[in-house]
Amino acid sequence: MTQNKTNIQSYIKIENNEIVLNGTSVFKTEPTDFADFSKQTYRNFEMQYPKFFKMDALSKLAFLGSELLLSPITSKEEENNIALVLANKSSSLDTDVKYQESISDKENYFPSPAVFVYTLPNICLGEISIRHQLKSENSFFIFDAFNTEFMSNYSNILLNTNKADVVLCGWVEYFNDNYKAFLCTISTEENAKYTNETINTLYNK
Amino acid sequence: MEALKEELKNKIITTLNLEDIAVEDIADNDPLFGDGLGLDSIDALELIVILDKDYGIKLVDPKEGKSIFQSIETMAAYISANRTK
Repeated sequence: MTQNKTNIQSYIKIENNEIVLNGTSVFKTEPTDFADFSKQTYRNFEMQYPKFFKMDALSKLAFLGSELLLSPITSKEEENNIALVLANKSSSLDTDVKYQESISDKENYFPSPAVFVYTLPNICLGEISIRHQLKSENSFFIFDAFNTEFMSNYSNILLNTNKADVVLCGWVEYFNDNYKAFLCTISTEENAKYTNETINTLYNK
Repeated sequence: MEALKEELKNKIITTLNLEDIAVEDIADNDPLFGDGLGLDSIDALELIVILDKDYGIKLVDPKEGKSIFQSIETMAAYISANRTK
C-alpha cells in the first residue's frame, strides 16, 4: 500500500456558545443552553433543513459542525466519497436517559418512536449522510477521551486504501447540556495552511 | 369538531417539532405526508402514539393509518367516532 501524505483541509470547533472555523470565530451567542444555541446557529447560517429540529442534541451538534465543513464540498453536483469517522465519550447517553425516563412509569407507558431512534450514537452519521447524500464508509467510536492518534490512523487508512477521497473526522460529545465538537476534513490534497498541524495540535489549540 | 382540529394541529406541531410551521399554515385538508406537511415514517408512529395516549384509541391494524392520517380532517373524523377519552 502506497502511503500518501494526508493533510487537514479545514476544521471546526463548537463549544461554549461559539463556533470557530479554521481558527476564526464565525458565530457566538450570549451564554445560553445548547437547545437555544443550536437554534440560533441554524438560523444564523440559514440552513434550510427542517428535519434539524427533530434531531436529538448529539445529532444537532454533529450536523451543525458537518454542515459548515461539508457544504462547500457537497454543494457541487458530483457524487462525493466522504467517509465519516466520529467519536465521543458519552455515546447517546443523554437521549438514552430521556427515553428511559419516558418509559419508567408503567401506568403511563407511551414510548416515543421519535426519541427512541436517537438512542444510538451513530445515528448522527446517518443524519449527516442523508443531508449530504453520502453513501460512504462511516464509523462511530466511544473513547474516554479524544484518541487523536487512532482517529488519524483510521482516517489515513481510509484515504490510502481509496475507501474515501475525503474523511470527516472528529469528536462530538454531548451530555447534560455539556458539549464539545471538533471536526476536520482530511484528504491527500496538498494544503500549505496546515502543513505542520495534526488533529491533536488543532484539537488542543 | 373545529376545536378538535385546532387541538390536533397544535399537538402535531409540538410533538413532531415542526419548528417553522404555525397552526394557520395547516389547512384541514392538506396532506400530512408527501407534498403536504412532509411528515415521515417516524412521524406516523408518533401520530399512532398520540391516538393512544390522548384519545384512548389503539390502532390494531397499522394499515388503517394510511386513510386515518391523510389530513387533519380525516384524523379528526376518526377520533370523534372512536375516542374513549
